[in-house]
Amino acid sequence: VARSKWLGGAAIAVAAALVLSACGGAKVGESSSSGSSGGACGDFNIAVNPWVGYEANAAVVAYVAEKDLGCHVTEKDLKEEVSWQGFGTGEVDVVLENWGHDDLKQKYMQDQKTAVEVGSTGVKGQIGWYVPPWLAQQYPDITDWHNLNKYADLFKTSESGGKGQLLDGDPSFVTNDEALVKNLNLNYKVVYGGSETALIQAFKQAEQQKTPLIGYFYSPQWLLSEVPLVKVKLPPYTPGCDANPEKIACDYPDYDLDKIASKKFADAGGPAYKLVQRFQWTNADQNLVAKWIAEDKMSPDAAAKKWVDANQDKVKAWLS
Amino acid sequence: MATVSVSRFSMPKPGRGVLAGAIVVAWLVLWLLLRGLQTLSLGAADLTALHRGLNDLNDAIGASRNSNPVFLYFFNEIRLAVDEFATFVSSLIAEPAFGRPVPLLGWLGVVAVLTWIAAAVAGVRVALLAAAGFVFLGLQGLWQESMDTLALTVTAVLIALLFGIPLGIWAGLSDRFNRLITPVLDFMQTMPTFVYLAPLTLFFLIGPASAAIATLIYAAPPAIRLTAHGIRSVPPDTVEAGESLGSTRTQTLTKVLLPTAKRTIALGINQTVMAALSMVTIAALIDAPGLGKTVVKALQTLDVGTAFNAGLAIVVMAIVLDRITTAASTGSRRQGRLSRLCRPALAAGAVAVVACGYLSFTYVWAAEFPDDAGIGDTIAKAVADATDWVQANLASVTGAIKDAVTLVLIDPLQALLVQSPWWLMAAVIVALSLVLGGIRSALVSAACLGLLVATGLWQDSMTTLASTLVATVIVMLLGIGIGVWMGRSARADRIIRPLLDAGQTMPAFVYLVPFLALFAATRFTAIAAAIVYAAPAAIKIVADGVRGVSPTTVEAAVSAGSSTWQTITKVQLPMARRALTLATNQGLIYVLSMVVVGGLVGAGALGYDVVAGFSQGSLYGKGLGAGLAIVLLGVLLDRITQAAAKRSA
Repeated sequence: VARSKWLGGAAIAVAAALVLSACGGAKVGESSSSGSSGGACGDFNIAVNPWVGYEANAAVVAYVAEKDLGCHVTEKDLKEEVSWQGFGTGEVDVVLENWGHDDLKQKYMQDQKTAVEVGSTGVKGQIGWYVPPWLAQQYPDITDWHNLNKYADLFKTSESGGKGQLLDGDPSFVTNDEALVKNLNLNYKVVYGGSETALIQAFKQAEQQKTPLIGYFYSPQWLLSEVPLVKVKLPPYTPGCDANPEKIACDYPDYDLDKIASKKFADAGGPAYKLVQRFQWTNADQNLVAKWIAEDKMSPDAAAKKWVDANQDKVKAWLS
Repeated sequence: MATVSVSRFSMPKPGRGVLAGAIVVAWLVLWLLLRGLQTLSLGAADLTALHRGLNDLNDAIGASRNSNPVFLYFFNEIRLAVDEFATFVSSLIAEPAFGRPVPLLGWLGVVAVLTWIAAAVAGVRVALLAAAGFVFLGLQGLWQESMDTLALTVTAVLIALLFGIPLGIWAGLSDRFNRLITPVLDFMQTMPTFVYLAPLTLFFLIGPASAAIATLIYAAPPAIRLTAHGIRSVPPDTVEAGESLGSTRTQTLTKVLLPTAKRTIALGINQTVMAALSMVTIAALIDAPGLGKTVVKALQTLDVGTAFNAGLAIVVMAIVLDRITTAASTGSRRQGRLSRLCRPALAAGAVAVVACGYLSFTYVWAAEFPDDAGIGDTIAKAVADATDWVQANLASVTGAIKDAVTLVLIDPLQALLVQSPWWLMAAVIVALSLVLGGIRSALVSAACLGLLVATGLWQDSMTTLASTLVATVIVMLLGIGIGVWMGRSARADRIIRPLLDAGQTMPAFVYLVPFLALFAATRFTAIAAAIVYAAPAAIKIVADGVRGVSPTTVEAAVSAGSSTWQTITKVQLPMARRALTLATNQGLIYVLSMVVVGGLVGAGALGYDVVAGFSQGSLYGKGLGAGLAIVLLGVLLDRITQAAAKRSA
């Protein structure tokens, strides 16, 4: 019985296939005009580091490079260290948002000489300790580090061994928090969440459920447009106050987020490199595109198109 | 004297239990006196000389990449070959190629080919499952991503088998080679992928070659192990019979050993496929296209719905591939009959496959999956809503559970392990392995512990060990509870088994966000994630063991008036003791393989060290040290539980 059923089924399938092929439909390759749009640009490899703000930069640059310069853009999802490694192997042409990383600059610019700086993206980065807005409202003086010991009990968790918990995030990000806690004599313990996801989730939930939380965070970050976290004042940054990592007792410096390119790519000086050189926008611009991607769930490409269409003057300046 | 002590060691169970108890009591007393001394602690950013040395080595390799002949003529050639092959596979089913905007075979062709293969090796029911499963991938809106993942999996598995099966045969024939390769395979399976991901891109560049090689390093060992095991399990008289008839070594291999071991080898292929699929999200971290990328990207914006949709696609693909390969390995007799019966049908099917393949080559509707179904969006939305509800309403309850377990279980055990002086802790472990496993096991433990001290990460190792033990205890409680239930009831088995499959193949990244919401970034969250992954294996093994107890024994007990509880505790569990120890062993190893994932959600210790090493060049050496420490813990726990199992058998 099974056999005849099978035969019948197969026969029907074949018959159906033949009928369908006879009536057809659009053929592969018929309507596609996917011929390369020419131009002297060629291949352009952008590393995309894993955070949404970076993705906004990459999406806009990729969109402009493809549409206006006719480049063949490849975006590669990589972490920072692997991206910089890619400069040497020729797999990566640019990193479009770099947070400091003096160690990588030393290794790939001074030692291996495979990377070069291409200047600021115009976006200012800020790192620090943040609390959810409801907490700052309820305890207004909590945003000054002098008062943190008073509130340490509030931040006790199962992980902090009787002290207040200071939550840290992804290990790729620059942090002096252990030294800060020690040198400011704070009754806190740094607990490592281990990923950006853990950090964002913790802050989001702390605001939603009105639970106390203090932790490491940074701007620009898409979450801030949804939950406007409040920064805690640490002793102000002065140049050189972070020279000795073990003695640090001051706030993080402001970061001028910059662009890095592979030396080969920069030396060739093609149109894509010139675009990267001139690419500059503001925190507000980046936040807007990041919000479209993260909260409105637009694809990066669609978000880039929307921004570019609305900001032709800025884009023209990058291309002139 | 010697004879007395020997006889005491070989006394049956109670004697060993008393000895182990005495060791633990002595340990507790000494801990009270000595805690906090010589715990070998190391700060999060601190490095040892070994870590710095490994950093320098890594930098030196990177710097000499373009001039070193080993790179130019060896790794580059491998990369070229693997790249070519991977690109070829993906141009068949996944990526545009040969000047076409689409791959050679469109969705209709892929579904047809897969269904036909399933029908040929596994029968009609599995064929229907395969067709339905793959069409579902398309309806989820993930056809392209699924095919990228399938192409990478196929590439990695084929290369793994190309080398794995010959190596397995060799290990099956030669005891010496078997002894040599076993620790290498242990290493490949327990060394966290994060540790070698960045160096791989240095050796093989960012691209398909690195992704395929990262996958196959983890996926090849089961094929090698099970091939060797299959050949070793061939009864000696079968081989002798062949030899006495005058067959040469090659003839013995191809005519006797391989055919007899066929089913075990097929099981090895099954395990290799599953292992390759479990690497999908990790490979995405070095730009491998596919479902893993969707998961990783979605988590940057806490989009649990989208991540779940992609995770579900991985589960569906895994279940389809598992059922096909499992049927190939277990149902050989039935399948033989079936394929003979169906040969004309299969031939007709082949014609249909060619027709479908041609259609999908030619017409757009059969090449690109029509993406207006929207099922994926519905799934994503439903999951997102459910997660939001759970987070809003259950977090306080689950938080309390977390606090209680941490206070009662995790904190005390961690205090005991971490605050013991290192030499006390090491002495306790060596003494316990001597009592439980014997002298060889004690020597292995001593060696592992010595190397653990050398990694410079003793304290982190003890923290991780504490969490691992807690997770394993919970895994075993679940394993026994649910396993016994499944072993006694076929219906329970049918209902629960797909859930277990999902637990084993759903990428951990998908459920980390809801877990973080429920339990915050804590050690408990890491333990919960490990349990989801490890419990299914333990449950399945216990269920098999309970089902394996001879029905006549059980009936005898029931007719003698035993209650259900008595039957389970006095008959079924004791008789399934081997399965219980095997489940403990596998539970431990699976829990340990989740240490790095735990590091992403608040476990700290070794897991965090590994993640940090992958993220920051200056911590690379420490991450590698932490990876080695995880391997050492794995070997330590594996050898102790195996030796204990052998003794109790």
